[in-house]
Amino acid sequence: MNVSTVIRGGARAIAASRWLLARQRRGDVSVPATTVVQIEEQMRLAVGRVMAEGSLYDRTLAALAIKQAQGDLVEAAFLVRAYRTTLERIGSSEPVDTSRMRIERRVATTHRDASGGQMLGATYDYTHRLIDFALLADADPIAPLLPAADAPLATSFEPQLQQPMQQPSGAALLEADLLEPAGASGEPPCEPPDLTREPLTVPCRREQRLQALARADEGFLVGLAYSSMRGFGRVHPYITELVCGRVKVALVIPEIGEVVAIGEIEITECRTIHADTGASGRAPEFTRGYGLVLGAGERKAIAMAVLDRGLRARELGEDARYPAHDEEFVLMHADNIDASGLVQHLKLPHYVDFEAVSQMLQDLRRRYASAPSGDAE
Amino acid sequence: MQRREWMGVLARATPAEVDAAWQGHGLSPAFVWLRPPAFCLVMVRGRVNGNGAPFNLGEMSVTRCALQLDTGQMDQRYAGQRYVGLGYVAGRHKRHAALAALFDALLQEGGALAEQLLRTVAELDAKRRARHRHDAAMAATSKVDFTMQLSEVPAEYPMRGNSA
Repeated sequence: MNVSTVIRGGARAIAASRWLLARQRRGDVSVPATTVVQIEEQMRLAVGRVMAEGSLYDRTLAALAIKQAQGDLVEAAFLVRAYRTTLERIGSSEPVDTSRMRIERRVATTHRDASGGQMLGATYDYTHRLIDFALLADADPIAPLLPAADAPLATSFEPQLQQPMQQPSGAALLEADLLEPAGASGEPPCEPPDLTREPLTVPCRREQRLQALARADEGFLVGLAYSSMRGFGRVHPYITELVCGRVKVALVIPEIGEVVAIGEIEITECRTIHADTGASGRAPEFTRGYGLVLGAGERKAIAMAVLDRGLRARELGEDARYPAHDEEFVLMHADNIDASGLVQHLKLPHYVDFEAVSQMLQDLRRRYASAPSGDAE
Repeated sequence: MQRREWMGVLARATPAEVDAAWQGHGLSPAFVWLRPPAFCLVMVRGRVNGNGAPFNLGEMSVTRCALQLDTGQMDQRYAGQRYVGLGYVAGRHKRHAALAALFDALLQEGGALAEQLLRTVAELDAKRRARHRHDAAMAATSKVDFTMQLSEVPAEYPMRGNSA
């Protein structure tokens, strides 16, 4: 029997708690308050994570949520998710064309001569991970000019811009017949499923999985992807392309029925290929994984692609023996708003539940004590 | 330039650019709101593998509005064709959407004013393209060509980066 209890009281304490929270958020008032625009400009990766996990692209709003949440990015994503429920959705964009992304960073790891080339962009990959005490000084100087010995700022890149980026390495693998085909590129007969409208159920389609993974907790995805690479899975990934950049968003304007560009968003895309030795009876080949994330979030995009491939186990005739290959395990536990809600509700009063469980244990203990000693073992 | 093109240019210019461009014309046309600027959401879609079936990636905030030029009852020139201007811009920027809608309405009217405004739109387009070229040139400074070198290379130089 479920009994619902209402805990009453506490209003004054709650008001005081919120007052304390506001004071704590502001910190020492002799220190200037952080502005939202500072967060938006200087905490780009935090903003990206909140947009991805809040599942809403709005840089200012994400920065504001980060400020309000004192930098707790999961709490900030929660604030963003709550805000989005207050707005009307007027439609869906045309699918973004990532082959026409304005690229800030592009990594291709399988071929030296990957068409389109590589650009390191701004990355921590090649830094020494030493704390930079210069940043501790009051002023944060603008990075000095590029050393003259390195490639100068050129002005002749325009022709490249007009060309869509070539898909790297895939062509060569396709020629060698080693890469699984990308699948039909035409429009499917129905609208893609939307888990904000119909709750996720398993088994589900790859489109649903990708939506769930795109808004999932980065830490959870990275941990699971790691587990599948360490031995609790068989994914053997290579990154054929990891790209950070901006894509145009276009929408059919309802009043005129025409597709119009309404803006540009920052996204991170990762394509992986995975050596499949044919253990499941299929021809040995490379299979594909795909990750796409709102904002800058390459660690998440890579993990998403690795997990996307892992979760295709059923489609590819494999056993889902490991957590990272198990749709229900991954998708039902990946949303950090859901997860932190259940975990954190433990902080609320549980007086009645606890009393009931205590009584049950006392009862069991009495039976245990009165049972013949042979049965107690 | 077609309507969807100028709408796209106005939406992708920065709010400050659109504001400055509008101020430059010193206009204050009378209009009525059909839909005052309001924040809303658009679901952004991606494609499986980048080119396959569409899937829902996540939403973005958008501001939209619709207005109609109010040309006055005495003015017969526009009888039956009071143009509706639409503003659809990414993010939460009511003024950006409103100015985009005013541009849109006046551009549809045609005539000398529309020609002037069209030149302004072309300038906004050029500014965006210039920004994009600058971004691309900045990123291109980090182009890299990792080369592989075999055993004749001294052990302390197993790899040479950025040789371009």
